[in-house]
Amino acid sequence: MKPAPFDYEAPGHLDEALELLARHGDDAKPLAGGQSLIPLLNFRLARPAVLVDLQRLLGLASIRETEDGGLRLGAMVRQASLERDAAVESRAPLLHRTMPFVAHPQIRNRGTLGGNLAHADPASELPAVAVALDARLRIVSVGGERWVDARQFFVGLLTTAIEPGELLVEIELPPPPERTGWAFQEVARRHGDYAHAGVAARVTLDGAGRCASARLVYLSAGDGPTEAAEAAGSLVGAHLGEATFDAAARFAAEREIEPTDDIHASASFKRHLAAVLTRRALAEATRLARAEVAS
Amino acid sequence: MTVPREIELRVNGRRIRGVVEPRLLLSDFLRHEADLTGTHVGCEHGVCGACTVLLDGEAVRSCLLLAVQADGREVTTVEGLGTPEALHPLQQAFRDEHGLQCGFCTGGILMTLVPFLERCPDPTEDEVRHALSGNLCRCTGYQNIVDATLRGARALRGEEE
Repeated sequence: MKPAPFDYEAPGHLDEALELLARHGDDAKPLAGGQSLIPLLNFRLARPAVLVDLQRLLGLASIRETEDGGLRLGAMVRQASLERDAAVESRAPLLHRTMPFVAHPQIRNRGTLGGNLAHADPASELPAVAVALDARLRIVSVGGERWVDARQFFVGLLTTAIEPGELLVEIELPPPPERTGWAFQEVARRHGDYAHAGVAARVTLDGAGRCASARLVYLSAGDGPTEAAEAAGSLVGAHLGEATFDAAARFAAEREIEPTDDIHASASFKRHLAAVLTRRALAEATRLARAEVAS
Repeated sequence: MTVPREIELRVNGRRIRGVVEPRLLLSDFLRHEADLTGTHVGCEHGVCGACTVLLDGEAVRSCLLLAVQADGREVTTVEGLGTPEALHPLQQAFRDEHGLQCGFCTGGILMTLVPFLERCPDPTEDEVRHALSGNLCRCTGYQNIVDATLRGARALRGEEE
């Protein structure tokens, strides 16, 4: 339960960090908040030769409002800061509402947004939220930078589009669409633990009060954040109510997600939970969307 | 081979220096280099909360932090809270409400609750249970811990019992 030896670097500038990552390639691992990486080191499931600690890169820890009404979140923004930030609350209500479900308070004090996304744990809430919010991620290296949509960022189990030598530095969220409600629901054995099932939902209404678009993104339901695009699509054009929620929830839970058995819960139980949570999330998102239309 | 590094941090107001391997966890630095064994080590992967300390005033898991990361920072352990002669009001409340049995989890629980009560001085029972969600206790069933926390909160607000 102690890490294997490694070299430790704590660069003070991004350029320096990128230089180190370029030089060491696959042998280096960036250390953000360490709340997933250090357990892996303690278990010796990860044995990087060099840790590049990002904690001195204060430029990556900012929350900025963009002119279009969106947000730019530095990869090193601590989860506790996201939880308490007023701009996040107003411009990314789904993210704000999800934060209390992300691990425990002590973890959120250290854990970062970028570290969580780069770890790409399928049981984590933030990858699902990033997909639900159409986040774009800025990845840089000594060779330049590129932007990747959240949908393309998560490529598999604990695997992202980040290549050796690259670093996730920023997450951009578009402005929240109008006439829209958001909800996040999950079930875990203990609050803050990995959830058996969870879903981020978005419902956008048209001028006549029908569903204009919807989105359902699940955690603990596959190798990464898992979208139920057909179930969400089935809501479009409908007057939303219990029957439509129920049909969409069943379809998503039975046909579009792929939870697996683990020591805490069977796959079929997780599908059951996903259906229940989907109904709740859609009802809540719809209620909030209607409240926004009415206000 | 990895190169040992010199670090210097303030622990409970005292300056502590050490030459450490980068892989040394803060929890082990506190226990073995600083001789502060009130920080307990349970799971070493961030689940049990027994090793919770304050880093610059915020509750963190010291098993999920490298000692080198705490270089130049301020750490508070349970030893920095009160003394046997003059317990911190929260410690007194745990004693009065029988909020511990074996005591293994208590240090981490106290260090979780101190900043929580600063931010949320008049919590509901539900808020206390959420604040404690990252700390495991295998003895008490939590009820007395919750009662002790609410009592401690009243004491910290200056209310008479």
